[in-house]
Amino acid sequence: MSLQETYTSLGLSDFEYDRILELLGRAPNHLELSLFSVMWSEHCGYKNSRPLLKRFPNSGARVVQGPGENAGVVEVGEGWALAFKVESHNHPSAVEPYEGAATGVGGIVRDILAMGARPVALLDSLRFGPLGEEKNAYLFREVVRGIGGYGNAVGVPTVGGEVEFAPAYSSNPLVNAMCVGLIRTDDLVRSRATGVGNLVVLLGSKTGRDGIHGATFASDELTDESESKRSNVQVGDPFAEKMLIECCLRLHEEDLLVSLQDLGAAGITSSASEMAAKGGVGIEIDAQKVPLRESGLEPYEVVISESQERMLAVVEPDQAERVLKLAERYGLVGAVIGQVTDHGELRVKDGGEIVGSVPVEHLADAPICDREVLRPSYLDAVQRLDLAEIPRPDDYNEVLLEILSHPNLCSRRSIFEQYDHEVGADTVVAPGADAAVMRIKSTNLGFAVTTDGRGRHCYLDPRGGGGATVAEAYRNLSCVGAEPVAITNCLNFGSPEKPEGYYQLSECIEGMAAACEALGTPVVSGNVSLYNETESGAVYPTPVVGMVGVLKDVGHYATPAYKREGDMVVVIGSGSRASLAGSDYLEVVHGRVAGRPPTPDLAAEKKVADLVREVIRSGLVDTAHDVSSGGVAVALAEMALTGGIGFEYSETELEMIGAEHALQTLFGERGASFLVAVPQERWDDLQNALSNVPYDEVGRTGGDRFRIGSLVGVSLQDLREAYERDLFGLPGGAEVTH
Amino acid sequence: MGGRGVRIGVTLFPGSNCDRDALYAVERMGAEPVELWHADADLKGSDAVIVPGGFSYGDYLRPGAIARFANVMAPLEEFARSGGPVLGVCNGFQVLAEAHLLPGALLRNTGMRFVCKRVRVRVETTRTPWTSGCETGEELVLPVAHNEGNYFADPATFEQLEGEDRVVLRYLENPNGSANDIAGVCNEGRNVVGIMPHPERVSDPALGSEEGLRILRSVLAGAKV
Repeated sequence: MSLQETYTSLGLSDFEYDRILELLGRAPNHLELSLFSVMWSEHCGYKNSRPLLKRFPNSGARVVQGPGENAGVVEVGEGWALAFKVESHNHPSAVEPYEGAATGVGGIVRDILAMGARPVALLDSLRFGPLGEEKNAYLFREVVRGIGGYGNAVGVPTVGGEVEFAPAYSSNPLVNAMCVGLIRTDDLVRSRATGVGNLVVLLGSKTGRDGIHGATFASDELTDESESKRSNVQVGDPFAEKMLIECCLRLHEEDLLVSLQDLGAAGITSSASEMAAKGGVGIEIDAQKVPLRESGLEPYEVVISESQERMLAVVEPDQAERVLKLAERYGLVGAVIGQVTDHGELRVKDGGEIVGSVPVEHLADAPICDREVLRPSYLDAVQRLDLAEIPRPDDYNEVLLEILSHPNLCSRRSIFEQYDHEVGADTVVAPGADAAVMRIKSTNLGFAVTTDGRGRHCYLDPRGGGGATVAEAYRNLSCVGAEPVAITNCLNFGSPEKPEGYYQLSECIEGMAAACEALGTPVVSGNVSLYNETESGAVYPTPVVGMVGVLKDVGHYATPAYKREGDMVVVIGSGSRASLAGSDYLEVVHGRVAGRPPTPDLAAEKKVADLVREVIRSGLVDTAHDVSSGGVAVALAEMALTGGIGFEYSETELEMIGAEHALQTLFGERGASFLVAVPQERWDDLQNALSNVPYDEVGRTGGDRFRIGSLVGVSLQDLREAYERDLFGLPGGAEVTH
Repeated sequence: MGGRGVRIGVTLFPGSNCDRDALYAVERMGAEPVELWHADADLKGSDAVIVPGGFSYGDYLRPGAIARFANVMAPLEEFARSGGPVLGVCNGFQVLAEAHLLPGALLRNTGMRFVCKRVRVRVETTRTPWTSGCETGEELVLPVAHNEGNYFADPATFEQLEGEDRVVLRYLENPNGSANDIAGVCNEGRNVVGIMPHPERVSDPALGSEEGLRILRSVLAGAKV
């Protein structure tokens, strides 16, 4: 292999190789080249996205730790804080869905653990191609099993998430996992290595050959050859992870750690160089001291192996014995593999011999790629939509049942029942609502968390979709009664090397950033996953937002389920007018992904959501839901279904809308809009509270039918049969290999 | 119901993950929680013992198959055989079955999936220390979360269990294909009870239900103090 072939196969460009020569003043050896290869990949070095990420606001009153650490941290109150982050595992899941998804969960849990926090909640945002294709159904089934297989065993409840299906994700699934951890604000651990002479300790599982060059793999397009890279995917061991969690928390409790870092992409290399760069020190690692699972590993393989369930700690020399003893108690391998030095280099030794040495500042400083931006030509075509040519439905019953049974809108029960969502005994609002609500033991405090993505919207209008994604998360938290605090995000896009793809990325970021500013929810952590494309094209641009919020009194929350017969159901906030452009109605009923959805009105989003939160906090409202995918009709049906109580739309309201506008009003989509239900005796109080925003009474709860005038009349039973679909086919039908 | 001073041990195997929830529920019961580390052959003077849920030793072989050999099991078996109240929940039930402290086995759910939901169960007997505070026929809504909860035994054992009033809880909606809808059983001495549902997860009004305390607090009445 020629030199050029070698660095090209490691994912480095000619420009990057020249830059390495310039920085080192000499040619790198193979190990050093491997270090640059992994640290300068998009996955570790953000070389494509870094200039754009600066656009995100990062500060806020409750922000304790912004981007740059293993996870962002926000303050909850009474000395408690939440550490959280979302991360992608798309490429591994495309090749080996069970292990790809499982290790995605494992990786994000360790990010949270590295902050010293106890992981207390998991969520997952997933995208697949249509389930009619066997390959997609297989990926979906195995990813869900992988998430459950790992999350259930590790003892962290999976409390939320979302999933959608579209042809753009065929063979290129998105698997984003989010974790939230709980910690005392004073107890935060950082990853900065300090104290020359301090020891570097590797904790957890032994090191094998798995995941060599996984980070480079994740930063490339998927091709048929990807199948041959199957050995790049790591295998998860949730039992080891569970022990690692308990061990690290114990080490932290006994104050034995100077700093802590998880091992993810690029293994020891990445962790050690990040720890050293942050502390302005050097680190020496002796590959011979790393406990191995198999023999014959080259030193470079040892230091870039992505074997799972490992953490790197810096400890003072006189604490090392106690640290290793505790590791043994928890059945883990612990070994002193190196030390903190003052030479500023990441130096890898093989016994006494130095086999590679690179200044950490260079590893941590991937050259920025200047990318061309070009508005994609498809946008004009897809945004063009003449609503007049869309035929009116003959039978609204059929339309409603068809939409409610569509995989993008039907119940997620068949997924979330495979996840333990109650372990930990803190889950107040379980999956199936707009957001999960968790309590914090020994306080009245709670927090809420949601993940949201709007791929189709971002495809049709990248900037508007980016803003709408943040707004959606803001609504979801508000309508359980939580005050949104901050977000983490995972940016899933196609190749940044294509100017049209880079346009989508930069526009989505612009829309998201503007929404974060308007709504007061800064970005405190995140992850970028580019190159999500196959020979048949890129995925929808799909930024996923994970937002956390605070409940001062966790006893005051709301859920979508109707709770009483005879409640008045009220739609709050008109926002932008509902539109069928880019709606689920258009896609599900007419098979069209077209039109430009209403541009988010961020001021209205904030005003209406803040008001809805206030009426929940004050105890006036316990039933609330936002109007989102599928429009008002679907939201009303979901409230009836989850509550097991029927609904009747107001005749006078229907007359006011008029037959001509019924379709748009019922199935059109818009932001800044909620539904709440209250008993008659609270109606006056609610009207007083809503004096500053538009609202309408749309109907009453009761009975066992769902009725909208002469348009819709369905029994709850029929509605339930459509909605409560098993997305995995018949029970027992799915073959099982694990 | 006086619980103060009653020591309730909770075993901690590597991979247990409902141990902290069980310890918390013991506090909610009004008793004193005692951690029992798997490697220590010592029940630390516990008046009753809960073997909690989770994935002991990863459950890679067969749920509960490795845990039964842990050091803590010897004194636990001794305690159980001498009439001490023992409750196995979920993985704990699997451990007690593997240790032959309870009859039968827990097979893979017939749906071939992990199942996490709340189900209605009926208390079939109050003649155990863990249901003595309930009413016979009482219905409870309890969470289940397991992959192997499908109770199975040979016909003679079923006959014995049913004939001797040793089915403790029965599903009113069977989530896993258990024979005879069995959700929990007790041993011949009636002091060792294994159940798949998790009472510790519904022992706090903040989580919407305290029905689990109906089971857990039963033991306080009969505990040797």
